[in-house]
Amino acid sequence: MPRVVDSILAMPTLTPPSSTAPLVWNRRHLLGLQGLSAAELNLILDRAAEFKRLHAAGHTKLDHLKGVTVGNLFFEPSTRTKTSFSLAAKRLSADTVDFTASGSSLSKGETFIDTARNIEAMGVSQMVVRHSSSGAPHHLARHLNAGIINAGDGTHEHPTQGLLDIYTIREHRGRIAGLTVALVGDILHSRVARSNIWGLTTLGARVIVCGPATLIPPEIERLGVEVSHNLDDVVPRTDVINLLRIQAERQRSAFFPSIYEYAHFFGMNGDRVRRARKDVLILAPGPINRGVELTPDVADGDRSVILDQVTNGLFIRMAGLALLHEASQT
Amino acid sequence: MACLLIRGGRVIDASRNLDQTGDVLVRDGRIVEIGSGFNDADEVLDAAGCIVCAGFIDTHVGVRDPGYEEDETTATVTAAALAGGFTRIAALPDTLPIVDNATAAEYVVLQAKRAANCRVHPLGAVTRGHAGEELADLGQLARSGALAFTDSKSAIGSAEIMRRALEYARMFNRPIFVHPQDPTLTAGGVMHEGYYSTLLGLRGMPAAAEEIIVGRDIALAELTGGRIHLMSLSTRGAVEQVRRAKQRGIAVTCDVTPHHLALTDADMQNYDSNFKVRPPLRSPDHVAALIEGLVDGTVDAISSDHQPWASEKKDRELDLVPFGIAGLETLLPLCVKTLIEPGRLTWPQLISRLTTGPARILGLSDIGTLAIGAAADVTVIDPQRTWTIDPSRFRSKSRNNPFAGWTVQGQVRAVAYNGEVRYRAGAD
Repeated sequence: MPRVVDSILAMPTLTPPSSTAPLVWNRRHLLGLQGLSAAELNLILDRAAEFKRLHAAGHTKLDHLKGVTVGNLFFEPSTRTKTSFSLAAKRLSADTVDFTASGSSLSKGETFIDTARNIEAMGVSQMVVRHSSSGAPHHLARHLNAGIINAGDGTHEHPTQGLLDIYTIREHRGRIAGLTVALVGDILHSRVARSNIWGLTTLGARVIVCGPATLIPPEIERLGVEVSHNLDDVVPRTDVINLLRIQAERQRSAFFPSIYEYAHFFGMNGDRVRRARKDVLILAPGPINRGVELTPDVADGDRSVILDQVTNGLFIRMAGLALLHEASQT
Repeated sequence: MACLLIRGGRVIDASRNLDQTGDVLVRDGRIVEIGSGFNDADEVLDAAGCIVCAGFIDTHVGVRDPGYEEDETTATVTAAALAGGFTRIAALPDTLPIVDNATAAEYVVLQAKRAANCRVHPLGAVTRGHAGEELADLGQLARSGALAFTDSKSAIGSAEIMRRALEYARMFNRPIFVHPQDPTLTAGGVMHEGYYSTLLGLRGMPAAAEEIIVGRDIALAELTGGRIHLMSLSTRGAVEQVRRAKQRGIAVTCDVTPHHLALTDADMQNYDSNFKVRPPLRSPDHVAALIEGLVDGTVDAISSDHQPWASEKKDRELDLVPFGIAGLETLLPLCVKTLIEPGRLTWPQLISRLTTGPARILGLSDIGTLAIGAAADVTVIDPQRTWTIDPSRFRSKSRNNPFAGWTVQGQVRAVAYNGEVRYRAGAD
C-alpha cells in the first residue's frame, strides 16, 4: 500500500516559530525541510548540539542505534556526505552497509527501487538516499517500510546540509530569527538552496538569493525570499553569505558566459569581504572551487566557517538518524 | 436482417442539432430511423435515462502495436476504446517500426480487423523514422489509409521540413498533426515551468515552448495553404493564437485532453509519475483558457491522448519515466466533471467535441453522426451513474492513470459498432 509521504504533501507553510508546538519528533522520514515546523527544526538542532557536547566530553561512541542497520544508498557520487553519514551511524553504534552506483549503470539493469528493496530485505531499517533525480527518496518512501533520510535528491532538497548550515549559523550567532542570509550562485540547480530557504525562513531569517538571472528559478519570490543579481549591493546588508557551488558544465550550457565573468560578478573575494559587516559569516557547502565561488584568502580567512560546517554535519546526521529511529519505535 | 433497437434514450446528434427522447432503430449496421413505437427487433438496448449519441472518435491514441506490446496491443487498446465510448481511434505512428511506409500503415488496419472491436485509422509519419530530416512516403501512406501525418511526440524542429510537409500533404488533402513543443526549450523537462517546478526542483518546460511552435506552424499553414491540427494544446497563448488564426480563415484545428482540464502543475507535488505528461500539466490560468476555448469553439475536439506504459517503465524515478496517461477509459467522466458539472458545456456541445469535431479534423465527413443511413456507431451514456475509477479494471493493458480512486459521474453503458453491440458495462 502506498503510504503518505509526510513532508512533501504539506503545502508550503511559512508559519512563524510556535512555542506551543509539542516538542516531539514523530516523522518516519526526513525528506526535506519544506513543511517542518520551527519546533521540529529546533528539535533536530538541539539534539545535534547535545551530541556535540557529549562528543566534546569524550563520549565518542554512543549506543542509540545499537543493533540497527543503516544503509547508505548513493546513486550519485558523493564523498563528504556519504562519509559523514557513515561516521554518524557508527558513532551511534549502528551497523552500516554502503551501496554506490551511478545512475547510468542502474538505468541499464535493476531499478533503484528493486535495489533498495533488496537491501531492505537484508534487515536495513534506515536508509540514507542520494539520487540525481528529484523526488527519488519520496518514491522510495512510498515503496519501502524503512525510514528514509534524503541525502540530496536532484535539484530539490538536501535537508541535512540545510540543517548543518543553519546549525553553524546558530552556533556562531546564537539565533536565526532576524538574521539576513544571502545564498549566492546557482540557485536553479541547487538542492542546498531550497533546503536553506525552507529552514531559514521558517526560523525567522530573511533570505536573499543572489546569482545570474539564468540561474534563478521562476517565481522563487513566492518562497518568501528576495532576489538580487548584484552581489555588491547584497554583501553590506547580510549577516551570512552562503556560497553555492557552480558546476563548470553549466557554463557550457550557456547559463553564463565564462567562469571568469562569473567570478567577477558573483565570486567572493577579499575586497567584497572588506565591504561586508565585520562579523559576517562565510559558508560554502562545498566542494568549493577556489578562485570561482570564493578566493583562497576568503575560504581560509577568519570569517570562513566552512570547516565548522563539515564538523557540525556529523552531529546533524547523528541527530537525524537518532530521531528517526526513535520515531520508528513508537 | 439483424435489427437493433436502442430504446427510450435522450438522442443527441451533434451533426444536425438533434436532441430528443426516442428510439434509434438500426438495421444491417445502419441507422434507419429515429422515432418511437418500434417493436420488431432482434436485440433491444434499454436506454431509459441514458444519452444516445454517435460513437466517440479520438484523433490521437498511442496504440504501441507493433513493437511495444508490453504496453498495449491493438486488441487491448480497441477494447479500452470501446469501454471509453469510442468507435474510432486514430493511431499515432510512433511504434516500432514507425508507421512511415505503406506496409506499416496496412498492418495497423489489419490488426484492428483481427481485434474486431472498433475501427483504427493509421496516422502516418511526417518524416522517415520521426527523425525530422526527410519526408516519409506521404502519398503511399495516404493511399494505405493514413488520415493525417504526424511525427507523434517528436516536434518537427525544422521550419523548412514543416513547410515542405504541408505543401506536399496538401496534394492528398491530409492535415499535419503537430505536437507543438519547441525541442530546445523542453529538453530534459519534466513539468510546467513555474512556481511548482521551482519548489520541486524539477526541470521546467515553459508555456513559450508551445506558443512558439503554434505561432510558427500557423504562419506556415497560411503560407502554404496546408492544414494543421494542433494536438493537446495546453496554454493560454496557444489557444489565443488559434482563435485569431481561425478568425482570419487559416486552416487550423486543435484539441485538448481531459487531464489538462482536470489537473494542474500543483498535482506534481507527490512526484507521482502518473502525472508526468507532455505537454505538462499547467497552472490554473492556462486550464481556464482551455475551457474558454472549448466553450467558444476555438478548441474543436477532446482527445484522450492515450499513452499506455507498462508499470516497469512508469514506476521509476521521475526523470526517467516516459510521459503520458492511459486515458481512453476515463475521458468521459473527466469531461463531465470539468465541463458538464460546472455548467461550461451542455451535453450536445460536449458530444460535438467528441464526435463531429474529431470527424472533421480527420476528414471523415459521414462519421460522427446519427443521420439516417449512416453507419450505426452508437454510444449509450448514463450521465447520472456514479462510479470510482479503478485502473486495475481497465481493458487497457496499462494502468498509468492518475485518477485512481476518484469518484466520478457519467459512465459509458453500451457501444455499438456498425450496428453490432460490442461493449456493455458491468452491473456495478
